[in-house]
Amino acid sequence: MIEVSCLTKRFDGKTALRGLDFRAVAGEFVALLGPNGAGKTTLLYILASLLRPTKGEVRVAGCPLPHHAAAARRSVGFVAHQPLLYPDLTARENLTFFGRLYAVPHLPQRVDEVLCLVGLMECGNNLVRTFSRGMLQRLAIGRAVLHDPQILLLDEPYTGLDQAACEMLDAMLHLQAMQGRVLVMASHDLGHAARLASRFDILVSGNLKVSVFREQIPAEGLSALYQQAVQSQ
Amino acid sequence: MFLRTVWAILWKDLVTEWRNRQTFSAMLVFALVVIFLFNFALELNRGAQAVVTSGVIWVTFAFCGTLGFNRSLSAEQDRGCLDGLLLAPVNRAAIYVGKALSNLVFMLATAVVVLPVYSLLYNTNLFIPAFLLVVLLGMLGYAALGTMLSGMSMRSRMRDLLLPVLLFPVALPLLVAVVKASSGLLEGQPLSAVRHWMDLLVVYDIIFVTVSLLVFDEVIED
Amino acid sequence: MRSGHPRLLLSLSIAASLLLCLALWAVFRYAPLELNMGAVQKVFYFHVSANWAGMLGFLVALVVSVIYLRTADLKWDIAAVAGIELGMVFTAMGIVSGMIWARPTWNTWWTWDPRLTTIAVVEMVYAAYFMLRQGIEECERRARFGAVYSIVGFISVPLTFFSIRFARTIHPVVIGSGDSSNQVFNMTPAMLQTFLLCLFAFSVLFVVLLWHRLRLGLLAQEVEDAANACWE
Repeated sequence: MIEVSCLTKRFDGKTALRGLDFRAVAGEFVALLGPNGAGKTTLLYILASLLRPTKGEVRVAGCPLPHHAAAARRSVGFVAHQPLLYPDLTARENLTFFGRLYAVPHLPQRVDEVLCLVGLMECGNNLVRTFSRGMLQRLAIGRAVLHDPQILLLDEPYTGLDQAACEMLDAMLHLQAMQGRVLVMASHDLGHAARLASRFDILVSGNLKVSVFREQIPAEGLSALYQQAVQSQ
Repeated sequence: MFLRTVWAILWKDLVTEWRNRQTFSAMLVFALVVIFLFNFALELNRGAQAVVTSGVIWVTFAFCGTLGFNRSLSAEQDRGCLDGLLLAPVNRAAIYVGKALSNLVFMLATAVVVLPVYSLLYNTNLFIPAFLLVVLLGMLGYAALGTMLSGMSMRSRMRDLLLPVLLFPVALPLLVAVVKASSGLLEGQPLSAVRHWMDLLVVYDIIFVTVSLLVFDEVIED
Repeated sequence: MRSGHPRLLLSLSIAASLLLCLALWAVFRYAPLELNMGAVQKVFYFHVSANWAGMLGFLVALVVSVIYLRTADLKWDIAAVAGIELGMVFTAMGIVSGMIWARPTWNTWWTWDPRLTTIAVVEMVYAAYFMLRQGIEECERRARFGAVYSIVGFISVPLTFFSIRFARTIHPVVIGSGDSSNQVFNMTPAMLQTFLLCLFAFSVLFVVLLWHRLRLGLLAQEVEDAANACWE
C-alpha cells in the first residue's frame, strides 16, 4: 500500500528526512513515534502528496509520487494538525463541499452516513466555528474518510482532546482499522499509540530507528524501547 | 468534473462570504473612501471630465481588487484549508478557475455599488451598456492575473504587501486598455470608436487567463 | 575549473575589455560628428548597445525559467537570476544614457514616449521579481515562483509597449514629435561600422558577465551546500 525507499526531504538548509525506508500493507495500523522535529509530520505530508520528496521513491496505493499524485490522492484521507474545515460553513456543508471535490457518489446519503459515524448527526447544521475542539477533530476524521480511502493518515489526532473525546477517537480509529484500511498515525504520546497500533515505528532525526510489531515488543515495554531509541542518537 | 469542482469552490466562497461579509465590506468601504479622497485630491466637480472619471474608477477598482485577491487565498492558507483543497484529487486549474471566478464576483459586486454612487455624486451617466462590458472584460483579466499572483505573494514573508508590487507592473497593459476604452465611451463616443481597445482587451484577457492557467500548478503545489 | 577561472572565460574577459576600448576609440575618433546633434549623438552607440544587452539578459532569463519549470534543476534558477541582474544593470545604463541624450536633443530628461515608459515598466517588473524572491525562504519555491514571474513579466512587457503605442498614436500628445525615438539620422558608413562594433562589444561583454555571474552563483550554491552538510 505504502512503499517508501531512500526518502530524503530537505527544506532550505535543514534535512527533515534522510534516506528513510518505510512500508505499510493493508490492514496495518502503524504508529509513527518520535520526538518533535523527528520528521513525522514531513513524512505524512509527503505521503499525502502535499510536499514533494527531494530524493527517493514514494509509492502510495501503487502510484509513484509526485508524478501520479492525482491518482494517489483519491485513496488517501488525511487528518492534519489543523482540522482543514471552513468555520463559516456548517458541518454538513463542509462535508458536501469536500465530497464534491472527491466526486463521492450518492453524496447526501454518504454525508449523513459519515455524520452518524462521527456522532455529529444532531449538530450537522451548526456552523463549524461554534464547534469544540473534540467536535472539530471528529468532523476532521469524517472529512478524511468521506471518500472511503484505503489509506488514512493522522497527525497527532489526540492533541487537545479531553478524556471522553479521546475514548471516542479510539473507538473510531479502531473501527477504521477493522475495515482493512492502512492507518498511519504520527504521535509523540506513547499511551494512545500503544492502545491501538499494530506496529510501532520510531523516527529519530529523519530516520527510522526501530520498527516492531505489537507481538514483538520486548518485556520492558514500549516506553523503554522508545527511550533507548531516542537516546542512542 | 472540472466544472463541478469550479462550481463547488465558487459556491463555497460565496456562501462563506455571505455568512461573514468580510471581504466584500472591506472592498466596498475601501473603494468608497478612495473615491472620496480623489474628490479632494483632484477637485472633481459635477460632470467631471470623462478621462478623469475613468482614471479614478479604475485606480479604485485596481486597489480594491488587490484587497480581495489577498484575502481570498490567504484566508484559506491561514486556517490550513488550502491543504484541504490540495489533498483532493482535483485538477489544480479547476481550483484556480474557481478562485478567480469568486474574486471576479466580489469585484463585480463592488462595482455594482460603486458605479451608481459615483454617478450620483458626480452627476455622470455611467450606465452605458458598452462601458459595463468594458468593466466586465477589464475585471476578468485583472482577477485572472491577480488570483494567480496572490498565490505567490501569500507564500512570501511580505504577504499582502507584495501583491500590488507584483500585480501592477504586469497588469499595466490591461489597465491602459481598460482606461482608454472607458474614457472613450464615457466621452460619448460610439462603441465603434473604441472597438480596437475592446479587441485588445479581449486579447489580453485570453493571454492572461491562458498563462495563469498554465503556471498555476507551479504556484499552488508544495 | 574549481581552482581559478576557466581559460576560455579568462580570454573572453580580456577580449571584452579590448573590444570595449576599441569601441570607445571608434566612438570618439573614428565615427564622424553628427551634423544636427553634435557630440551628444555619440551617446547613441552605447545607449542602444546597453539596451540591447539588457534585452538579451531578460531573454536569457525567460528561456532558462521555462527550462527550470521543466527540469526543476536549481542551476537554471541561478542562470535566471544572472540574466535578470545583468538585464537590470544594462537597462539602467540604457535609461541613464538615454536621458543624457534626451536632455539636449528633446530638451527634456524624460518623455512619456512608448519606449521610455515601457523600459521603466521593465525595471519595475524585475524589481518586483527580486522583492518576490527576497520574501521566500525555501529555495525550490523561490526558484519556481521566480521562474513563473519572469515568464509572466516577459509576456506582459511587449503588451505594455503595444498598449502605450496604441494610446499615443491615437492621441498624439507626446512632447516633441510623435514617436521621437524613431527619429532617424542618416548614418554614414563609418557611423554604422562603429554602431555594429559597439553592439558586438556589448554582446561579448554581456556573455562574459553572464558567465562570471553564473559561475559565482554556482560556487555560492556549492558553499551553501557544503555549509549545510557541515552543520548537520
